[in-house]
Amino acid sequence: MELLGHLADGFATSLSVTNLMIVLIGVTAGLFIGAMPGLGSVNGVAIVLPITFIVPPSSAIILLAAIYYGAMYGGAISSILLGIPGASTAVATTFDGRPMAQQGKAGLALIAAAVASFVGGTISVVLFTLFAAPLADVALAFGPPEEFALVLLAFTTFVGLGGDDVLKTIIMICLGLVLSTVGLDLISGQPRLIFFDQPGFYSGVSFLVLAIGVYGIGEILHTIETSKSAPAVTPAKLTFKELWLGLKEMNKLWRTMTFGSLIGFFVGMLPAAGATPAALMAYGLSKLMSKKPDSFGKGNIEGVVAPETANNAASTGSLLPMLTLGIPGSPTTALLLGGMVMWGLVPGPLLFIEQPDFVWGLISSLYTANFAAVIVNIALIPVFVWALRMPFTVLCAMVIVLCIVGGYAPNQKMHDVWLIVGFGVGGYVLRKADYPMAPLVLALVLGPLMEKSFRQTLIAEQGNVMAFVERPLSATFIAISAVFFLLPLLKHLHRFSRRKTAANESPAD
Amino acid sequence: MTYTFMRHFSLAAAASAAFALATPAAAQDWEPQKPVEMVIMAGQGGGADRLARLFQSIIQKENLSNMPILPVNKGGGSGAEALRYLMDKEGDNHVIMATLNSYYTTPLRTDIGVDIEEFTPIARMALDTFVLWVNADSDIETLDDYVAAVKESGGTWKMGGTGTGQEDSLVTAMLEEEFDVSVTYVPFSGGGDVAKNLVGGHIDSSVNNPSEALGFYQAGNLRPIAAFTPDRIEALPDTPTMGELGHDLVYWMQRSFVAPKDMAPEAVAYYTAMFEQLNASEEWQTYTQEKALMAEFLTGEDLQAYFVEERGKHAELLNTMGEATN
Repeated sequence: MELLGHLADGFATSLSVTNLMIVLIGVTAGLFIGAMPGLGSVNGVAIVLPITFIVPPSSAIILLAAIYYGAMYGGAISSILLGIPGASTAVATTFDGRPMAQQGKAGLALIAAAVASFVGGTISVVLFTLFAAPLADVALAFGPPEEFALVLLAFTTFVGLGGDDVLKTIIMICLGLVLSTVGLDLISGQPRLIFFDQPGFYSGVSFLVLAIGVYGIGEILHTIETSKSAPAVTPAKLTFKELWLGLKEMNKLWRTMTFGSLIGFFVGMLPAAGATPAALMAYGLSKLMSKKPDSFGKGNIEGVVAPETANNAASTGSLLPMLTLGIPGSPTTALLLGGMVMWGLVPGPLLFIEQPDFVWGLISSLYTANFAAVIVNIALIPVFVWALRMPFTVLCAMVIVLCIVGGYAPNQKMHDVWLIVGFGVGGYVLRKADYPMAPLVLALVLGPLMEKSFRQTLIAEQGNVMAFVERPLSATFIAISAVFFLLPLLKHLHRFSRRKTAANESPAD
Repeated sequence: MTYTFMRHFSLAAAASAAFALATPAAAQDWEPQKPVEMVIMAGQGGGADRLARLFQSIIQKENLSNMPILPVNKGGGSGAEALRYLMDKEGDNHVIMATLNSYYTTPLRTDIGVDIEEFTPIARMALDTFVLWVNADSDIETLDDYVAAVKESGGTWKMGGTGTGQEDSLVTAMLEEEFDVSVTYVPFSGGGDVAKNLVGGHIDSSVNNPSEALGFYQAGNLRPIAAFTPDRIEALPDTPTMGELGHDLVYWMQRSFVAPKDMAPEAVAYYTAMFEQLNASEEWQTYTQEKALMAEFLTGEDLQAYFVEERGKHAELLNTMGEATN
């Protein structure tokens, strides 16, 4: 009851006319920032943070929450329409979002992404409201062995998938792992794989650079080739009828959405992980659990819904360690943490006790921001879809410009731009040879996490490999990974034996 | 909320006005003509980044600069990227850089062709302190308990810290040398991560900065054993210093600003005055007290001498750790 009282107080603040205006402005700005390739919630929050010091803290939090959520929604837009991930968190959305757009279902994909983001955001905020304090203990229970086991789980969902060529998948994972070792090694502090002595490699290969390269540039090269003289025009339009049908379609996907939200929230909650691994894991797991795994990557709506629920849920989840432990779960929350210090708040175990007004104000503004984001997003879908009606010659040039700008913007290094071009051409060639791209980006995201937690565990346990299975949490994850790895094999055997029995029985009929 | 904010603002404004009267010449000779780049030697979200952005917001809020300050992260290669960048900006009056101890250690550990003596010192804002922490559930209450426990573990004692070659590992090396023990050093990607793993019981001790561990200490999760400072830390009045316990162990993390080689003297004066006002601001003074930072303001030649001395000390430290230095 006390909880409801706190929440009601929070809503009283966040629903005032001024604050509602702030939410709308924040969400719209966030949506566009998120939709710009290369710019994500980090940039949005960084740009706005200094402004928040001149408005009252309660309005400042609301503005930041609105931008944060708006950017998470916006990331999906360019992923779906252009095939360029709008933010690293939206990479998994391109896997099925782009094919849907190519089939003329861009409107449906955008609706699915918006609704999924809303559901993910809402479920996670409810979880946050109810269980913030006990969940902080879960985050604490995660040491290096548990982190390793979780990342292993994420990998097996991709390796163990039926359909794609397993050997090619493994080759791409290895390539991604090689790229992930470039740069300064955290453990020894020594540089590794500095190609051609280029100082740019010291900071490693950025995940977003790879994703923009293989998906953005690679995709355009592919489209130019396949469309030749008559570019394929995607007949995308959106009417109220389609909107209604889209919502009805979403109503059938509750299982995927609930599942994506839960994964997103829990993975986002771990300081080491965050929204990008969460979205990739949700994608992999929903493909694994689907009855038609082969349709993933070819425009399956579940492939849009799963990562989009997960990345929004994860963005809420990552607020949890920031508020309760003072540890940011993502670069964006790190900036928010800086902001809180500036407002005179001390994030940490005592925040909920000493500053309830702030905490509940923040939570209620998450509800408000999420609600505003879904409305603004759906209202703007016709505008976004309209962008696809541009002549291909214009669109193609724009996409390339966006890719280059998006790659340059985060670090302002030409090095990254050259890498994008290189990855684009390389990705195009590999795609022609039917190599899957998803395992490559997955390996680059998860590789560093996996290596770090693996070596931390071995250092701490004096090289005892059994440490991974001696701890209950990590043992559970490893067991689940083993099941996921073997599941497709079992499925295959099962199908095989059924075919055999069917063949045996048919003569009797 | 608004009224406290206004009060802060007017107080600080009064303070800066008073200061402006005291040094009228410096600020009038030269002013930035375009936005000033503030290069940060670390990635987004870490302690150094957070502090640099705090400075930026105070400068903006108190109107200490007529042009905006734009923070740019160049954290690659433990700050090597930032150092190289600053080297290429010779004579540029619109770039300043926020430093930490990798300002000395990075050029010592990797040959990047940078001599920090060539850069122009602007101002040292603070010295961050280090404290030895254990989990509050452990039986260790004193430094003696600690040393005994580490000895008993026979080298399996898990000390968590930031990356190898960075500050935490240097403090650990000092500890090992002083008490003739050896620990297993487990590197993590940031101080917050270290504190969390100590609370979660995944490591046995840490040398976190107080700012990273105070929240957990106040919540009763962590216990400070001893501080690597000459005097007791205000926020931890009951924690003895290493000196009090008879061990000469002091280590600081400096938080300073430097500028490229050959910056115009008028520009140097401008930025120095700006940071002097920042140092006097109430926000900054409150922050340093809450976070147990030492606001030891230092500028000009004294600061350069300090940098050179510290570089020498770090070269020695790295040598004792068995690290090759240039």
